[in-house]
Amino acid sequence: MRYSIFNLLANGLTGNRGWTPAWRDAAPKAAYDAVIVGGGGHGLAAAYYLAKEYGLTNIAVLEKGWIGSGNAGRNTTIIRSNYLLDGNIPLYEQSMKLWEGLEQELNYNAMVSQRGVLNLCHSDAQRDAFARRGNAMRLHGVDAELLDAASVRRLASFLNFDDARFPITGGLLQRRGGTARHDAVVWGYARGADRRGVDIVQNCEVIGLRREGGRIVGVETSRGDIAAPKVGLSVAGNSSRLAQMAGLKLPIESHVLQAFVSEAVKPLIPGVITFGAGHFYISQSDKGGLVFGGDIDGYNSYAQRGNLPTVEDVCEGGMALMPMIGRLRLLRSWGGIVDMSPDGSPIIDATPVDGLYLNAGWCYGGFKATPAAGWCLAHLMATGRPWPTAAAHRLDRFATGRLLDEKGQGAQPNLH
Amino acid sequence: MRLPCPFCGPRDLAEFACRGEVGPDRPDPAAPDAQARFVDYLHDRTNPAGRDREYWRHAAGCRRWLVVERDTKTHEVFAVRLAQGGGS
Repeated sequence: MRYSIFNLLANGLTGNRGWTPAWRDAAPKAAYDAVIVGGGGHGLAAAYYLAKEYGLTNIAVLEKGWIGSGNAGRNTTIIRSNYLLDGNIPLYEQSMKLWEGLEQELNYNAMVSQRGVLNLCHSDAQRDAFARRGNAMRLHGVDAELLDAASVRRLASFLNFDDARFPITGGLLQRRGGTARHDAVVWGYARGADRRGVDIVQNCEVIGLRREGGRIVGVETSRGDIAAPKVGLSVAGNSSRLAQMAGLKLPIESHVLQAFVSEAVKPLIPGVITFGAGHFYISQSDKGGLVFGGDIDGYNSYAQRGNLPTVEDVCEGGMALMPMIGRLRLLRSWGGIVDMSPDGSPIIDATPVDGLYLNAGWCYGGFKATPAAGWCLAHLMATGRPWPTAAAHRLDRFATGRLLDEKGQGAQPNLH
Repeated sequence: MRLPCPFCGPRDLAEFACRGEVGPDRPDPAAPDAQARFVDYLHDRTNPAGRDREYWRHAAGCRRWLVVERDTKTHEVFAVRLAQGGGS
């Protein structure tokens, strides 16, 4: 069913009885041309682009729970492309351009809202760093504006400008950045892939990767064996576990990242605002809740829940930046398991096992990259070659030294 | 999550800094495969889901390095020993 204003009206007038499921809950077949493990945004986007751009329709997405139940349902929905490094900016900007056309592409309301992403700076040195980043972005054709304190005040007068320790001296604004509706992205890609013949198989956990003579021949799942000459792993949080099934040891640590939402209030936060003196970022959902987060907890975890010191740290960041939110009650908090890589950048590459492809290591920045990650994984699986925007995101860069270290932190994953 | 420091007793997680899993020993730079072993030593992780041994430091306490045996799926802590002397 194609969605339009006309069938919305028609269904609204007839008691909404005409809607049909947006995708089939498929049963797994014995063999496919390609299998993607992980039914999150990235995996479903990859399946969509494989079917649409590369004509590979005899494929399946295998999801151990329900689609979008992992990190796709646990992020803070921010989209942006305000990166610094030549290797990274084109990838995130490709994603931003795909976000801008996503709803028309998918005929699905992903609630993409380009309400702006504002990074605040609190010292001259930080402002210099933002000027450099803004210039790097503009050299790649990405929009960036360096604001002084007065311009920031016009955008968000409620901020704690004259804080004695961290006064706000300006900010870097990407107006094209903003937010999208996380699970609508999952559902939109699932619907688009399903319409092109992709099987979306839920409650189907991969428990083994079958290899013969150094190449992949299929997967073992909780719903039986499935033969496939190409397998893509898109399982953030569990990448190490899956790779281990193929005898690979990855440069990845699994960490818990917490996120929070407050009770709903009237429109308050104009876009996405990030604190430059701590790690705190905030936006407001259409329902009115303030959605915010900060640092990872900092220790390896597969538990999908975090600890209180991080909650305290994030809330302190919020109070330092905008004391007005101190009276709001915290409604919910949750944790997602992210792949932390040693240089803070993702890996989209073929593995030493023929036919096994990896999309991993997104740290805490995977959501914004959903369309581009899917596109690049699809291209890689279809052709065996990296898409140009992901050419730097090799698995062997830790051996060759061609790192993508945005933060300059070194090989300590929990500090990125 | 609290960690029972051998010196300070059970202390809040906020006092500790995590270094990561107890990995392979620092390779011999003179070994013929030293480059590959250093890449593994620096970057690769076993990253197990379940029981693991990790280096932690009681940064806001006694500042000693510790070896913590912990479950990464449940956050249950089994044992905390001093790293000095191999953590045994």
